[in-house]
Amino acid sequence: MDDKKVVIELQDVKREFIVGDETVHALRGVSFKIFEGEFVTIMGKSGSGKSTLLNQLGCLDTPSSGEYFLDGVSVRKMSKAQRAVLRNRKIGFIFQNYNLLPKTTSVENVELPLMYNADVSSKERFERAVNALESVGLGDRLYHKSNQMSGGQMQRVAIARALVNNPAVILADEATGNLDTRTSFDILVLFQKLHAEGRTIIFVTHNPDIAHYSSRNIQLRDGKVISDENNQNILSAAEGLAALPVNSDE
Amino acid sequence: MNYGNLFKIALRAITANKTRSFLTALGIIIGIASVITMLAIGQGTKRSIQSNISEMGSNMIMISPGADMRGGVRQDASSMETLKMTDYESIKNDCNYIKAISPVVTSSGQFIYGNNNTPSTIYGINQDYLEIRQLTVADGDMFTDTDIKASTKVCILGQTVVDNLFPDGSDPIGKVVRFNAIPFRVVGVLKKKGYNSMGMDQDDLVLAPYTSVMKRILAQTYLGGIQCSAITEDVTDKATEQITNILRQNHKLKDATDSNEADADDFNIRSQEELSTMMNSTTNMLTILLGCVAGISLIVGGIGIMNIMYVSVTERTREIGLRMSVGARGIDILNQFLIEAILLSVTGGIIGVFLGIGASYAIKLLAHWPIYIQLWTIIMSFAVCTFTGVFFGWYPAKKAAQLDPIDAIRYE
Repeated sequence: MDDKKVVIELQDVKREFIVGDETVHALRGVSFKIFEGEFVTIMGKSGSGKSTLLNQLGCLDTPSSGEYFLDGVSVRKMSKAQRAVLRNRKIGFIFQNYNLLPKTTSVENVELPLMYNADVSSKERFERAVNALESVGLGDRLYHKSNQMSGGQMQRVAIARALVNNPAVILADEATGNLDTRTSFDILVLFQKLHAEGRTIIFVTHNPDIAHYSSRNIQLRDGKVISDENNQNILSAAEGLAALPVNSDE
Repeated sequence: MNYGNLFKIALRAITANKTRSFLTALGIIIGIASVITMLAIGQGTKRSIQSNISEMGSNMIMISPGADMRGGVRQDASSMETLKMTDYESIKNDCNYIKAISPVVTSSGQFIYGNNNTPSTIYGINQDYLEIRQLTVADGDMFTDTDIKASTKVCILGQTVVDNLFPDGSDPIGKVVRFNAIPFRVVGVLKKKGYNSMGMDQDDLVLAPYTSVMKRILAQTYLGGIQCSAITEDVTDKATEQITNILRQNHKLKDATDSNEADADDFNIRSQEELSTMMNSTTNMLTILLGCVAGISLIVGGIGIMNIMYVSVTERTREIGLRMSVGARGIDILNQFLIEAILLSVTGGIIGVFLGIGASYAIKLLAHWPIYIQLWTIIMSFAVCTFTGVFFGWYPAKKAAQLDPIDAIRYE
């Protein structure tokens, strides 16, 4: 495993917020490495610091202290604009509430990250968006608008959007949190497929079941890592989906 | 970041939310249109009142001979011979502030047609007199320069004279009336004007070429007076001053020197002081009123635009957060919203200008109100509303772009 490329490296990352007179220590020194091709779940209860950690990983926020290297680049000293470019090229985000542009077609939503990359021509942008949508199984929904789709479909569009810039890492924040069980499995199948294709995925969740389908599980409590284990027995989400009673959710 | 992409992003954001875009632009459209319409009505009213007053002759200047003393006795103006045709010519040629000028000679007497007769006054004048006195020929034609050169015996009758000479209602044009013993052919009839504020009948008059009156009736070479109108009411004073200088020079009146007093004017110049004072105060009041109307409608329009821009951008804070999370820099967000605000404001502004002009003309057509659209009102309302629109589209976007993406994306 050590010969694999390190995509993410955290060194004693701390993050404090000042709320009123109190200082809240959301992260109290977190260190780990994530290697290329891993499917990592980060778990913890509400308030354990997992969202803060995700914001750090996603370059949406900077650490109060400690170092964070993304694909070998130190993030801490970057300006806001530099971090924006870094997010654009290296990170694909997937949010719990999808965060698609309203009343906008799938293709245009997926094109969005590439719109902020002047190196991509409009022709290439369109082709890559279509490819990304096809890879999440929405090849027939290119021109559906976001308000004309189900939650599962919207989340697929969001995943396609996260894939389109060919990122070093995909960050998912409770990506199945708003979906019913069957659709959640659909999405997990998709994540496992992406994992099998060699993509690096970090999935933040409070749902312990999801850890069974990832290759590694990091647990947080009170802003610290309390366990970090590789999963030797990865369950197949496709089998899980097949095992579901046909009408369990409908 | 290339601006082509930003432009495309802005355009997509506008077209994806047609209702929001339309409502935002509508704020600007209504703002500009209402300012333009309000000002068009205001300016129209102002102009209509002004022209009503100046129709009463507020810019009229009357020159009469005067101040002639013989043996210590001041003489009656009509018997003085100080105003000559040369004075008329030089005022006409040298005074820059007048737009119409006419010599005036008058004679009173009995007009006779058939077995009807009436006393009236014949005015020897030229064609400009109509403009100076705001008279209109209702039937027939005004006499011409040829008539003046040839001292033709033609005349134009006022309504009172027509009523008295032609009580049966027959057409006076082409008929020959006699003034004392001299026959005059009627070529036109004046439009009825009614009584003036002093209770004088303004229709009891007969107009004829001044040469005819001077040669055929009075057999005199001097003028009874000269009347002219200043270009505008404002320059009446300047015109009066210039005419005074011209006449003093013509009459070889000496200016004051160390040893001698200046010669007194041998003429009088009078303007319609009362009217012009009234005109000035009315104009000032209307200007203040208009300023208030313009100011208030601009403020109301501006605040409307401000609100809708501010709300519609603030409502998009989450979208801004999302855009930043997929790699938009603060400056990209700012530029996108600036482009959107400019597109909406300018489009709305242009539509607003046309709507405002259209509404003004609709009011003119339907309600018959006087309207007057000035270029500066269009430019001012466009500039103020568009600037307000752009500023309040840009300002909240700037605040949102300064947020951390994560705060923006969680904004409720």
